[in-house]
Amino acid sequence: MMSRYIRRRVINTVNMTVAVLMTAFGVFWVVWILWTTLRYGITALHPQLFLEDTPPPGADGGGLRNAFVGSLILLGLAVTIGTPVGVLAGTWLGEFASKHKKTGAVVRFLNDILLSAPSIVIGLFAYAILVDPLGHFSALSGGVALALILIPVVVRTTDEMLRLVPVSLREAAIALGTPYWRMVTKITWRAASTGILTGIILGVARVSGETAPLLFTALNNQYFSTNLSHPIANLPVVIFQFAMSPYANWQQMAWAGAFVAVIFILLLSFGSRRLLSREPHKS
Amino acid sequence: MKGSEAASSAPLELRAASEQKSAGKTSVVPADFLFRSLTAFFALVVAATLVAIMGSLVLEGWSALRTFGWKFLVTSTWDPVTNEFGALVFIVGTLVSSAIAMLIAVPVSFGIALFISELSPSWLRGPVSALIELLAAIPSIIYGMWGLLVFAPWFAQVVEPWLNDHVGALPGIGVLFQGPPMGIGMLTAGIVLAIMIIPFIASIMRDVFMITPTTLKESAYALGSTTWEVARYVILPYTRTAVTGGIFLGLGRALGETMAVTFIIGNANNLSASLLMPGSSIASVIANEFTEATTPLYKSSLLALGLILFVITFIVLVFAKLLLLRLETSLEGKKS
Repeated sequence: MMSRYIRRRVINTVNMTVAVLMTAFGVFWVVWILWTTLRYGITALHPQLFLEDTPPPGADGGGLRNAFVGSLILLGLAVTIGTPVGVLAGTWLGEFASKHKKTGAVVRFLNDILLSAPSIVIGLFAYAILVDPLGHFSALSGGVALALILIPVVVRTTDEMLRLVPVSLREAAIALGTPYWRMVTKITWRAASTGILTGIILGVARVSGETAPLLFTALNNQYFSTNLSHPIANLPVVIFQFAMSPYANWQQMAWAGAFVAVIFILLLSFGSRRLLSREPHKS
Repeated sequence: MKGSEAASSAPLELRAASEQKSAGKTSVVPADFLFRSLTAFFALVVAATLVAIMGSLVLEGWSALRTFGWKFLVTSTWDPVTNEFGALVFIVGTLVSSAIAMLIAVPVSFGIALFISELSPSWLRGPVSALIELLAAIPSIIYGMWGLLVFAPWFAQVVEPWLNDHVGALPGIGVLFQGPPMGIGMLTAGIVLAIMIIPFIASIMRDVFMITPTTLKESAYALGSTTWEVARYVILPYTRTAVTGGIFLGLGRALGETMAVTFIIGNANNLSASLLMPGSSIASVIANEFTEATTPLYKSSLLALGLILFVITFIVLVFAKLLLLRLETSLEGKKS
């Protein structure tokens, strides 16, 4: 009997040790990846990076100004297209879908699938509907591709946040004779605004690192451009191109770009988390 | 779920009342109707997007599928010069790299979830969870760069020679680990994929482990179970469905992951038995060759590859979501 007890204790200790080691293993990679990005990124940072455009192959100097500006334009497009669509669709799910339970469940289900769909497929879709028919790559098609990735994130958070708004608030508004649509726009949207904003920020954090959908929509541009119907430089694709290149100064610039991207994304996710933890009725 | 349904169905009855009351003002009712139709329209747009994606890929990939028929799936020739295309190399590459990733990610995620939910002192729980979730926030292009410029050289110098000498000599599985230590290849891609999907699987496992009723766990402890026995015979059976769902969600991610794989899989368009040799996945070949595809048939073949990838991930994700529906219900039940 004693030996059986000892065996159980040994199995327990071994397995628990393995669990601790697995956790250390997971944390190890985060630290390694972030440490590498910080180390190479900081050494490659200099003011030129933000003032000059990407250099031609083999040339010295240059920066990533066109890529930073291009990425901001693409993000702007994604937010401009994605936010209204996402918030309105999420509003239907959160406010009106209880009358159509089955349809609501199906829309939620499809939205969740869209949320996890491979981003390269979204890129192919944007290519098929915007680049192929129009005959040229464009910043606009890149923005649409990013919007398609942003939308399901916004739909989901809007839906969840609206369902957290207490019924008494709606009842109070209706009791005062407020039309339903004004109740939604003035009361429930406002009550859920922090949560919806968090969803949009999280969505932006997610799309700002996306590379695959931009490869054949926004493409890339060696020059500074703000024209929405032309290819546009953008940080992820420039990082991809420069990191794969044999030139040392290009690789360095890729690290600097990666550093800026990681800091940007971490600030966004951290900021949205702070925003949500201030929310009084968080889940 | 129950609570929130009750929450949102109550105002609907009120709405009818408010519409009646304000019937005198004719502008109000159309405004309500318009607002509701507008939101419903966008909800349908979101739902229709998925159908549209599928439709456009079928349409654009049709000429390749018609030319090659079902042989497209089982041919390994990929030759833009002679215009002969087959998807086998890439399908195998996608499945093998994802399988390696799952083999590593599932046990590691289980260990992490177990640590966070059962072993960790409460002050460590938050920081460890946050660090693991940080893995999900890092964009895949960074994984790719780090994988190519930092991890692969280290892997080629330290791990692969060791694998060659020790595992490569074994009969049977040895052939999987033979080959020049190049750093890039199927195995490296699988490992980096594993790191990328760990946060997704681990966070779902942690969530369901946390909602396992304390009374269940405590009854087992009271009978003298060890922590491992509670995990293995109480928590795991209780959460089996959701855990499987989380694993499939991770698999869906791994199958469609593009940039990290494109950097480190090696981009060779042929099959090889060894995991140390370079290969290609569906996503990586699309990312690499799409802008270079000059002939219509070449482009159509790449879009057909996209269709195959979409169909595979769609099936995996639907399966995952169906398994996870139950979890969401119980999580929401806990919330309200």
